[in-house]
Amino acid sequence: MSEHHYQLNFGPQHPSAHGVLRLVLELDGEVVVRADPHIGLLHRGTEKLMEHKTYLQGLPYVDRLDYSSMMANEHALCLAIEKLLQIDVPIRAQYLRVMFDELSRIMNHMLWVGTCALDLGAMTVFLFGARERESCFDILEATTGARMHPNYYRPGGVYRDLPDKMPQYQSTLRSAEELARMNANRQGTVLDFIEAFAKQLPLRIDDIETLLTDNRIWKQRTVGIGVVPTEQAVALGCTGPMLRASGIAWDLRKKQPYAVYDKLDFDVATGTGGDCYDRYLVRMEECRQSAKLILQCVNWLRANPGPVISDDRKIAPPPRAQIKADMEALIHHFKLFTEGFPVPAGEVYAAVEHPKGEFGVYLVSDGGNKPYRVKLHTPDFVHLSMLAAMAPGHMLSDVVALIGTYDIVFGSVDR
Amino acid sequence: MRPSLSQLKNTLTGILSENVVLVEAYRELTLEVPMAQLSATMQCLRDNPDLSFDALIDVAGVDYEEFTGRDPDALRFAVVYHLLSTRHNWRLRVRAFVENEEEPAAPSMAPLWPSADWMERECFDMFGIAFDGHPDLRRILTDYGFTGYPFRKDFPLSGHIEMRYDPEQKQVVYEPVTIEPRDNVPRIVREPHYGDSTPMPLPPSEPKV
Repeated sequence: MSEHHYQLNFGPQHPSAHGVLRLVLELDGEVVVRADPHIGLLHRGTEKLMEHKTYLQGLPYVDRLDYSSMMANEHALCLAIEKLLQIDVPIRAQYLRVMFDELSRIMNHMLWVGTCALDLGAMTVFLFGARERESCFDILEATTGARMHPNYYRPGGVYRDLPDKMPQYQSTLRSAEELARMNANRQGTVLDFIEAFAKQLPLRIDDIETLLTDNRIWKQRTVGIGVVPTEQAVALGCTGPMLRASGIAWDLRKKQPYAVYDKLDFDVATGTGGDCYDRYLVRMEECRQSAKLILQCVNWLRANPGPVISDDRKIAPPPRAQIKADMEALIHHFKLFTEGFPVPAGEVYAAVEHPKGEFGVYLVSDGGNKPYRVKLHTPDFVHLSMLAAMAPGHMLSDVVALIGTYDIVFGSVDR
Repeated sequence: MRPSLSQLKNTLTGILSENVVLVEAYRELTLEVPMAQLSATMQCLRDNPDLSFDALIDVAGVDYEEFTGRDPDALRFAVVYHLLSTRHNWRLRVRAFVENEEEPAAPSMAPLWPSADWMERECFDMFGIAFDGHPDLRRILTDYGFTGYPFRKDFPLSGHIEMRYDPEQKQVVYEPVTIEPRDNVPRIVREPHYGDSTPMPLPPSEPKV
């Protein structure tokens, strides 16, 4: 360390560190000379824990990795288990999964744009993003019973179909008119609510873009900052919006389609500059495409009722009513929730286009009722690893923009 | 249109040497490489234009010590790489077993793919596999001053030490764990064809004395 350089400890308790990032910076004046991210303060050993749980018990753990886009995490694990089991997922469940994946993407990007704008000094965007997320949470709560950690996807399908009624606000403190106004868009089914949400979302994104896209301060803080050159992006391990902002149209939903993405119409947003500003533009466009995908799923789901989980009773539990009447169903239920189901020996890798990039699950089974080894590949772990190479030469305040636009959630970096 | 697995398989068998084993299972390809040849093979996988695996997606350590049906003399640790070619839209898994169990080591892939840097640090942290040629091999996820390799199968789930704030000493103290290890659902591996509807052949009855 040179004599006139000094060291700065950034985090782990810093609002711009997006959780518990400890960044040891060596500074020359205000310019970063060396950056050394210290991670692991949220390490819970998810992979090891999952080795000691049955496959069904392991599912809730992946919700807690990237807790801003939970459903996409579940999707990857379910795909891996289904690949080993070689079972088919009912088509309706696949549409439901795509719809909830895209809802997760909107939730993730709304949180991202809000927090990133907060880091760079814009307050209002966070409130706009939080409002849209609140609608998504209501959908999750109505469908799965939980707002943050739904545990909705199961090997072989999803836990249950969409409910017929959207829950309404009830209050003894508010006036009848106010309640009626609050419940105006909650008169129909959950699907109606989702449709209304997806239809108005582009307008809400317009609101956010009005605040940021041509905002002089926002552009001064992001344009030309943290450029990931196109030719290095792949080797550095970029995936998802990070890669697309550098101009590479790589999207697993198009390139290696899973679920029903190959039957749906959507475009892949790409940038040109690979800087913080392009990452912002790509994510905003992705939200619009997600809304488009959700509307296609809503139309399909409305027209095509059907089962939402496999009828293989060795994998998926029988319906509740059957357990009361049928001895075999009762035994299946008991076995599934005590011993779990055995998964054939072998190893698979399943990846999904997570809102942050490629989220992959490498699953090794020795034929038991628990995974032998699970390796969770999370995109933001790799993206954060680029920071040491990207930060030098930037100003200290640009490091905040860098961390912000990497879209990092520590649940998933530290696992 | 995605190129087929057989296309990748044919290309690989044409290019790679005899010593590697190519396995196809669950519509995925796994390449088993001896550790001594790993660096050269990976270099070839990346640079050969017919393969051009330009992205190293993941590096995973695996401890096969308790794997059901494993030969007890077989090697214990393996490093598993997941490669992706964005040009050809191919994926490939490469596995190399670590030869020395006491001082496990593998060549670093960081010179080939910069993304290997943290993944190898994580593998070193969790399994104690040293990566030769890694620019900065330090622990990454575990606590400062941590000892042991937590993802090895002989490392207990509850760990060895726990920490708490001690109000008398007014500082955080580390102590041996007090929680009892507990496993509510045992790991069960059934014999092949368990529960099939065809009855198992009855064992030959013992002669009565």
